[in-house]
Amino acid sequence: MFRQLLITLGDYLIFLRQVFSKPAKWSVFLKKWVFEMDAMGIGSMLIVCIVSLAMGSVITLQTAIQIESGWIPSWTVGFVARTSIVMELCPTIISLLLVGNLGSRITAEIGSMRVTEQIDALEVMGINPASHLVLPKVLASLIVNPVLCVFSIAFALFGGFATVWITGCITTYHFIDGLTYCFRVYDVVYALTKTCVFAFVMSTVASFYGYRIEGGALELGKASTQGIVVSSFVILILNVVITNIML
Amino acid sequence: MIIVDNVSKYFGEKQVLHGINTQFEEGKVNLIIGRSGSGKTVLMKCLVGLFTPEEGKVLYSGREFHHLPDNEKLLLRKEMGMVFQGSALFDSMTIEENVTFPLDMFTDQSESEKLDRANFCLECVDLENVNKLYPAELSGGMKKRAAIARALACNPKYLFFDEPNSGLDPKTSLLIDELITKITHDFNTTTVVNTHDLNSIITIGETISFIYQGHLEWRGSSDNILTSDNATLNDFIYAQPLTQRIRPK
Repeated sequence: MFRQLLITLGDYLIFLRQVFSKPAKWSVFLKKWVFEMDAMGIGSMLIVCIVSLAMGSVITLQTAIQIESGWIPSWTVGFVARTSIVMELCPTIISLLLVGNLGSRITAEIGSMRVTEQIDALEVMGINPASHLVLPKVLASLIVNPVLCVFSIAFALFGGFATVWITGCITTYHFIDGLTYCFRVYDVVYALTKTCVFAFVMSTVASFYGYRIEGGALELGKASTQGIVVSSFVILILNVVITNIML
Repeated sequence: MIIVDNVSKYFGEKQVLHGINTQFEEGKVNLIIGRSGSGKTVLMKCLVGLFTPEEGKVLYSGREFHHLPDNEKLLLRKEMGMVFQGSALFDSMTIEENVTFPLDMFTDQSESEKLDRANFCLECVDLENVNKLYPAELSGGMKKRAAIARALACNPKYLFFDEPNSGLDPKTSLLIDELITKITHDFNTTTVVNTHDLNSIITIGETISFIYQGHLEWRGSSDNILTSDNATLNDFIYAQPLTQRIRPK
């Protein structure tokens, strides 16, 4: 099993080398890049906003319930909600959500191109298929995922605020006070750095599993699942590593 | 001319091609024939560089394809066009975009020049009014023709067809065969067709290489294939009841 893991890792690195080579034509590459950003960003915006609203709302309610005590100031709810949302929930949970949404789409798209010989057709034409198909997706995800993360943070904080306002568990004044208490820009930098790393993992791992499919529809389904599982696993490990390094 | 010199291909321990020696001539329709699983597609994939043979070489007008530097290999690939068994048109593009795609990638032509070329290629394959359609909206025969138009876009010297008649009705198969012959003679291409369609073998095969269990079993043309005394070839050609009726006594 360890040998197989090393072989897969080696194949992945060789694949990355193919991906990060000069595009055959820059104008075509730029068109594809913009197309991918549009498809990834617009396609995921709604689900990201809904999940973020719900996440912000729940984390605020749970924090408010947990610290119902005269000893802890009520602005702590806003502080804890902001810290959880900015530093962990939005970068990690939204990245895992995007693995399921965008990652499976990437694996299915590239995998079906492999199965129907479209990738072979590119190769025969003298085009590097890995660079032509995957590089725009990787670069698009490196732009789109952080933007989605920022939207996610905004919607989650708004969700928390709306919950406080509707339920009246604490005053909105205290909630906002907590949100702004000891705010550090570095926390956002940390969140966006994580998101970029997770975006890279998601797009390259999903593409890798799609690219190396051999067989038909059954293998396509298996590859899609494998891509999601492996990306999620790697993201969770890297989450610990990055947190250890940056905090 | 393409020369295949002692080409062998292995997958793990299994040897699929055993020292194939043959050649494909310029301006002619050259067929590779054989039963399913005989190694025809593997040989074709070795020819176009999708597989690298472990032994032997493939020479394109004297250039040894698999050992060329990357930039020269790229130049040679630009001289190739291939039509895959399932057409391999890009699903996300219209037919017009599919045909102009190689021009987008390799030429600096203006949009109108590319469009003119695409229309010319589509006319060559008798496809009209399909420019804005997606591959999913076409029939099998139309997809094949669109794939041929795409392969023609960059004016290739070498054309490869992998099972061009598979999944087509007899009449559409005939049309595709006629098209292959016409293109080969009009554009003087070196055309290599991988097939087991008997009608194609008899009507368009100017040179024929018969592959059996990874070996080159017989080489000839459509003129002498029906009268060959090679037992393995005869088993293949006269396998069907219909062909047994035309077998010379």
